[in-house]
Amino acid sequence: MTRGRPRRPWDRTPPEQREYFDLLGEGLVAQLAAPSAPDAGSRGDAPASGAWLHVGPDGIVRAFTGKAEVGQGTRTALGLLVAEELRLPLERIELEMADTDLCPWDMGTFGSRSMPDAGPALRAAAAGAREALLDLAAAARSLPRDRLEAREGEVRLRGATSGTPYAELVRGLREVRTIDRKIGLTPPSAWERAGHPVADPRGADVVTGRRAYVSDLRPPGLQYGAVLHPPRYGARLRHAEPGPEPLPAGTRLVVEPPFVGAVGPSPRLARAALAQVRADWILPEPNDVDVEAYLRSHPRTEESWDRVEDRAGDPDHALASATVTVRATYRTAYVAHVPLETRAAVAEWEGRRLTVWVGTQTPFRARDHVAEALAMSVDDVRVIVPFTGAGFGGKHGGDVATAAARLARAVGCPVALQYSREEEFRFGYFRPMAIIDIAAGAEKDGRLSAWTFHNTNAGAAALRTPYRVAHRRIDNELSESPLPQGAYRSLAANTNNFARESVMDELAARLGIDPLEFRRKNLEDERLRAVLDRAADRSGWGGWVPRAGWGHGLALGFEKSGRVATVAEVEVRGERDLRVRRLVTAFEAGAIVHPRNLLSQVEGAAVQAIGGALFEEIRTRAGRVLNPRLSQYRVPRFSDLPEIEVVLLDRPDLPPAGGGETPMIATAPAIANAIFDATGRRVRHLPLLGKEPTAPTDRPSTENLTPAAG
Amino acid sequence: MTGGTVDHGIRLTVNGREVAVAPHPDRSLLEVLRYELGLTGTKYGCGEGECGACTVLVDGGPARACQLPVAEVEGAMILTVEGLARDGALTDVQRAFVETGAFQCGFCTPGMVVRATGLLARNPHPSDGEIREALDGNLCRCGGYTRIREAVRRAAEAAAPGGSP
Ligand code: FES
Ligand code: FES
Repeated sequence: MTRGRPRRPWDRTPPEQREYFDLLGEGLVAQLAAPSAPDAGSRGDAPASGAWLHVGPDGIVRAFTGKAEVGQGTRTALGLLVAEELRLPLERIELEMADTDLCPWDMGTFGSRSMPDAGPALRAAAAGAREALLDLAAAARSLPRDRLEAREGEVRLRGATSGTPYAELVRGLREVRTIDRKIGLTPPSAWERAGHPVADPRGADVVTGRRAYVSDLRPPGLQYGAVLHPPRYGARLRHAEPGPEPLPAGTRLVVEPPFVGAVGPSPRLARAALAQVRADWILPEPNDVDVEAYLRSHPRTEESWDRVEDRAGDPDHALASATVTVRATYRTAYVAHVPLETRAAVAEWEGRRLTVWVGTQTPFRARDHVAEALAMSVDDVRVIVPFTGAGFGGKHGGDVATAAARLARAVGCPVALQYSREEEFRFGYFRPMAIIDIAAGAEKDGRLSAWTFHNTNAGAAALRTPYRVAHRRIDNELSESPLPQGAYRSLAANTNNFARESVMDELAARLGIDPLEFRRKNLEDERLRAVLDRAADRSGWGGWVPRAGWGHGLALGFEKSGRVATVAEVEVRGERDLRVRRLVTAFEAGAIVHPRNLLSQVEGAAVQAIGGALFEEIRTRAGRVLNPRLSQYRVPRFSDLPEIEVVLLDRPDLPPAGGGETPMIATAPAIANAIFDATGRRVRHLPLLGKEPTAPTDRPSTENLTPAAG
Repeated sequence: MTGGTVDHGIRLTVNGREVAVAPHPDRSLLEVLRYELGLTGTKYGCGEGECGACTVLVDGGPARACQLPVAEVEGAMILTVEGLARDGALTDVQRAFVETGAFQCGFCTPGMVVRATGLLARNPHPSDGEIREALDGNLCRCGGYTRIREAVRRAAEAAAPGGSP
C-alpha cells in the first residue's frame, strides 16, 4: 500500500540529497523549495506550502503535497490544477498526499488553506515542469524554444496536432529542476481543465467498496488493539493490573502506565481482554461545574493567534444616543464533529523504524507527537494519511497514532486501532461552547451606529463585522475549558456569525426596516453585496405569500476569503417542532477550480450546519459526556433535508480560496431569523431547539446537563 | 481470507461464495465480514443500528450487519457492496453515484449504494418521499443527501429506458 522509504524524510533532507530517482525511477523532478520544518507555532505566519512532482517515462505525473484528503475533495481539485499547468488529462496525475516521508512539510489540513496554500505551490511546480519539458524538447529536436507549446501531454510545434510525448522526453533522464515560486501561472480565465466539471476519476473504487480507508487496512499479520480510557475528562491513572479472570484466547494486555491497552485477533476480543483490567483512577476536582460560569471566570492570558481586538470611536456614547439598541447575550453549545469513520490508525514497525497510517488532518504534527511520545527520532517515524471518513476539524493530532504504535511495539506485529463511536464522542474534543455579549445601536435612517461584541471561548474567526460602523469595540476572550475543545469546521465563524447576524436582525426589526435593506445599507464589501443580492433574488426575498407558521430569514458572512449569504424558509409547528423547508445559499470564493466538488461542499455545509443550528449539543455532567451515541446525539438525516439551492459565483479574476467551511456560517442565523419572522420569538442560543440556557447565577449547577434518554 | 475450509460452524453464502464461520453469541455479521472474510467495503459507523454504514442485503433485503448476530443469518444469502458489480461492470446504482458525484469522503457510500439497491429492487420507481424514507437510516455526515437523492433518481431512470417501467 505504500511506496519505498527514503533514508530520511524528504522534508528533512536537503534537496540535493533526496534520492528522488531511487524511489520514483527515472524522469524529471520539479521542486519548489520547501519551507524547513519549523516548530509548528502560530497560525498567523503560516509558512508557504512546498511542492514537488515527478514526470515519469510511463507518462504519469506524481505530484507531492503535505495536505491530506479528508473527504473535502482536495485531491481532485489539486489534481486539476496540476493537470491544467501541465496540459494533461486529470487521469494522468497521481497526487501523493500527506505521507511524511515523501511529501513536503505542511502544518495541517484545516482553515480552508489547501487551495490558497497548496494550490499555488503545485501550480508553480507544474508550470516549472512544463517549461522544463519545453526546454528538453527544444534541445532534443533542435527547434527554437519559442515555437513550441505543451498540449495534451506532448510538446508540439505551435498549432501542430501531434508532437513528442512527455514520456519520451523524460526517458533515461534523472534531472531535478528547482522552480521559482514566482513563475507565471495560467490565469483562471484561460483554464481549460480546472474550473470545469469532472467526475472523481477514482469514483468506482468508492461505490464498489474497494477504496481502503484507514480502518480497512489489513497488512499481513495484523492484530487489533483497544486502549483504556479515563472514566472522565481529566482523570489520571493511579494503578492498573490484570484481573483474576483469564484473558480471551489470542489476546494480550499491554501495560505501560499510564498507557494500558490490549491486542487480539479482533477489536471485540481486544476489548474483552481490556475489560479484565482493574484500574484505579485519580479523579479531578471539582467534579461538577457550571460550564458557563467556569468559562467566564477562567480566562487564558497567553498570546494567541486566536484573538482579535478592533476598537474605534466611542461605542458607549453612541449606544446611549442611538435610536434603537439591542443588548443581548447569545450562547452556543459544545458540538461534536462525528466524522462517519471514527479515529483510526494502523502501526507497523520494521526494526527501529515505524510507519503509521492514520486519519489525521495534521500528519506532520502527528509525526512529532509520536516521535516524542515514544522517544524516537522524527526521522524514523513515517505518518501516512490514507483515505479517511472525513474530519471536519475533529482529527487533529496524533493520539490514536501513538497508541497504535505503542501496541504494535509491544506485541511485535502490526496493530490496528479504531475508536468505537462512543469513544469517538467521549475521547475526542468539541467545538467550544461560547457566550457572546453584544450591545448594538442603530439610527432611524437605518445606519448602524454602535457595535460592541465580546465573545468568551469561541475564538476569533469572523469576529470583525463586515458592516460599516464608526463606534465599535470588538474582542474575544479565550478560556480554560472544563471539557476538551478544539478545531471544528469553520470554528468560531459559526458562533460569531450566528450572534452578529441575529443581532442585525433584531436591530432591523426594532427599526421596522426590512432585514435585507438594513444589511444592504450598512454593507461596504462589494463581494458580500453580490452574494447577498444573489441569495435574495434566487429565494424570491419579500415576495412570499404569507402562511401561518412559516417564516423567512437571511444572514451573510465572510471568512477565509469566502463570502456567503443564506436565506432560510422554516415552518414552525410548535416550540420544539420545526422544519427547515428551504435553504438558498450564494457563495463566492474566488476562481472556481472544481465546480462539482464546490457544489457538494456548499450543499454538505448547509446540511451539517442544520445540525448545529437545530439540535446538535454535547451534554455533560462532571466531565462525562451524557450523550455519547448516535442514538442520543442527533445529526441531520435525510428526513431533515430541506430543499437546498446553491448559487456559486465564479470570480476568475481572483485566486481560488477554500470552500469547505465558510458556506456553512450563515445557515444558523438565517434559520434563527426565520423563526423570528414566523413567530416573533427570538432564540438566542444554539442549538435553536435546545433548552434555553439561563444566566448562570439563577440556575443550579447541573441544570441543562440532564442525561439523555435512551 | 476465507472460512471456506472449516467444516463445522455457521454456513452462509457471501457474494455467491459459501463460507463457514465459528458461532459465537457476540459475533455480528459485521465483525465476520470485516475481520474474518476481509470484506471491508461494509463499514463500521456506530455499532448500534443508527448510521447504516454497515448495510448489506440479506436474502435481497437491506439489513444492518452490526445488529445481526451471525448465528441469525445461518443459511442466508448475503450480498455486500463488493458483490454488486459483476465482472467489473458497475450496476446502475453504482454508476449513478459516480456520475452524480454523490459522495465526498465516501465512507457512507457503500451503505447508501447497498440500501438504494435494495430499494430499487423492490420499488423500481420510488418517489422522493420513498427515497427519503428508505435512506433515512443511512447517515451521510458530509451532508451529501441532495446528490445521493439525485443519484437514486438517476439510477431508477437508467433502469427504465425510455422512462417506462
Ligand atoms: S455500524 Fe451498523 S448501523 Fe452504524
Ligand atoms: S460522503 Fe462522507 S459520510 Fe457521506
